[in-house]
Amino acid sequence: MKAVVWCAPYKVAVEEVPDAKIINRRDAVVRVTSTAICGSDLHLVDGFIPFMKAGDVIGHEPMGIVEELGPGVDQSKVKVGDRVVVPFPLGCGECFFCRRQLWSCCDNTNPKPRLAEELFGQSTAGILGYSHLTGGFAGGQAQFLRVPLADVNLQKMPEDLTDHQALFLSDIFPTGYMAAEACDIQPDDTVAVWGCGPVGQFTIRSAQLLGAGRVVAIDDEQRVPERMEMARRAGALVIDMHDQYVHDRLLDITGGLGPDVCIDAVGMEAHGYTALTAAYDKIKTNLFMETERPHALRQAIECCRKGGTVSIPGVYGGFSDKFPLGALMNKGLTIKTGQTHVHRYIGELLGHIRAGRIDPSFVVTHRMPLTQAPQAYEMFREKQDGCIKVVLDPAR
Amino acid sequence: MVGTSHVAEPGASGVQAHPAEQFTAPLRRFREALASSRPEGHTRQGAPAPLFDKAERLLSAAAGSMLALAGLRRRDVPGTLLAGFGAALIYRGASGRVPLSRALGYSTAGHSPDALADRSAHRGAELGVHVRQSLLINKSPEELYDFWRNFENLPQVMSHLKSVRRLDERRSHWVASAPAIAGGAVEWDAEITDDEPNSRISWRTVEGADVAHRGSVCFQRALGDRGTAVRIELHYQPPAGAMGRWFAKLFGEEPQQQIREDLRNFKRRMEIGEVISLEGQPRGSCHGRGKRA
Ligand SMILES: NC(=O)c1ccc[n+]([C@@H]2O[C@H](COP(=O)([O-])OP(=O)(O)OC[C@H]3O[C@@H](n4cnc5c(N)ncnc54)[C@H](O)[C@@H]3O)[C@@H](O)[C@H]2O)c1
Ligand SMILES: [Zn+2]
Ligand SMILES: [Zn+2]
Repeated sequence: MKAVVWCAPYKVAVEEVPDAKIINRRDAVVRVTSTAICGSDLHLVDGFIPFMKAGDVIGHEPMGIVEELGPGVDQSKVKVGDRVVVPFPLGCGECFFCRRQLWSCCDNTNPKPRLAEELFGQSTAGILGYSHLTGGFAGGQAQFLRVPLADVNLQKMPEDLTDHQALFLSDIFPTGYMAAEACDIQPDDTVAVWGCGPVGQFTIRSAQLLGAGRVVAIDDEQRVPERMEMARRAGALVIDMHDQYVHDRLLDITGGLGPDVCIDAVGMEAHGYTALTAAYDKIKTNLFMETERPHALRQAIECCRKGGTVSIPGVYGGFSDKFPLGALMNKGLTIKTGQTHVHRYIGELLGHIRAGRIDPSFVVTHRMPLTQAPQAYEMFREKQDGCIKVVLDPAR
Repeated sequence: MVGTSHVAEPGASGVQAHPAEQFTAPLRRFREALASSRPEGHTRQGAPAPLFDKAERLLSAAAGSMLALAGLRRRDVPGTLLAGFGAALIYRGASGRVPLSRALGYSTAGHSPDALADRSAHRGAELGVHVRQSLLINKSPEELYDFWRNFENLPQVMSHLKSVRRLDERRSHWVASAPAIAGGAVEWDAEITDDEPNSRISWRTVEGADVAHRGSVCFQRALGDRGTAVRIELHYQPPAGAMGRWFAKLFGEEPQQQIREDLRNFKRRMEIGEVISLEGQPRGSCHGRGKRA
């Protein structure tokens, strides 16, 4: 089968690899019909998550048709021929965490928990196609995908939704939704969202679905005007990050209070032009003294109103520096974060889609053959051709 | 395991001194400063003490240095990042925040949860190697006890065990795999010394065992609906000679890890019915080294 393979930082290839197959009794093999590239994949490609090995198959936002089931799969839950979305974190449904709906913290699905135990104190769930830190599973940017514990993980989709309407339930829609839902948004709240990438876009719309009074979005007007425009179309007020006075503008909009809810949908590769700390991070990460550039997160903490909530869907992997703990503590902020507990939100979000309150396909700007994955990665990474979200088609 | 470039498993041993002292020295000073600023012997009721073994801290710091140095020597981007994570591990080594050290090196005490917290008091009471690991498993003590009491089940969850054969009510014959240098296998007879149904099983090897040891497993119902806290303890004298070297390799460097992995497999087996494997999943070859993305 064809699959997207990570070879080295900035180098991915489409290769002919052995077919995905049933390995454990509760496995399924899914024939992938659509599979997206995520901002999280850029962290791998840019080498920010160094737990990769040459030859790893990547990709964690797939959907498709169940091709084969292992003998131990509960067939009342999933059958051959079902159309399914695959959540990016693997859950087991039985451990302490899954039973509390904390699926991305599952105790049983990371086959190599030791690395994460060293780095994080405890290991989190296995994630498909996302480095050896989260298990080293072959990923979903491929024609076929093996999914462990299929009866718990595969999510059946109604036939009347298109692939592009259902696909993002695998990751970015629940991710934006969880980021907003965790903040207990009130009707008179102002929600500020850093980053207008795919995750930011779903965060903006989720905050609206959850009844936010106003949504403000921050990104780069010069580099990604199309993302700013997409945020505007959703009804958000946008602020260009080049503006030296992002902080002042946010305070001004909120009568001096600061946004009640601040959401970092940027993650570890934030860039900044004006702030001294952005340059500091760049130097430090290049001098291997720091593993992240938490520029957007720092700004979110500084801007957030006293007693407000800072939510962090953006991914971080290691250790950061010059973190504004003083602001966090003295202003009494609440932090909400985590890899998304995707399984928890599928039913609720399907409800929103079916009721016509949101059509997730809005975010797709490109659909390309899987064989063109390297070009697709470059385009998404460099924000060329108005690219916001790319879906790869494994059949072509 | 695939032994290529970008993953260096922390905790890997074989650390040597390296000329890049100018890089490690400031970090060492930082580490020492941190170490000396922490109050010793402080314990908290009901929780593991925040103290971690100096040796393990050094191990983590050493692994960190390895990563950092490996990264330093490579001037490319992944090298740089490797170094970044290396520095992070050195920090962990320095700060004593090394989770795998949680229970190394203290002998068996009581079996109440609070006794767990009291580790330093019993340290060094006996010679030999002590291992203790606990995990929460979402099953009743009865179910877990039943699985364990039938020792013949254990090779399903203990990776180094080849077979266990029941000899009679109290005695069983164990065979563990070993490399050729140690004869391909080690064997011993074990007898149960204590058996409290649904709560605790203790055993020890009888005369003539290749590896003399004793151990226990105890099952304690957890609070609320959290299932059962399972604790394994092992105590053994490392044997001498070639066998000893092998044994050190298997248990000596990372006995905690080995037992932890076995306990984790027990948990996986009981909670989800299987241990998820990666064997046979597709990989690429990167012959063309990939295209720039
Ligand atoms: N928590 C989860 O489970 C989860 C799931 C999916 C994605 N993510 C993470 O969410 C983040 C965003 O994902 P994406 O797919 O939207 O990525 P993306 O790279 O497409 O988008 C990031 C956006 O942030 C903007 N940005 C950079 N620096 C900024 C700054 N200082 N201020 C404001 N905007 C800035 C960029 O211009 C870009 O538009 C990533 O870190 C990704 O890993 C997390
Ligand atoms: Zn993703
Ligand atoms: Zn679980």
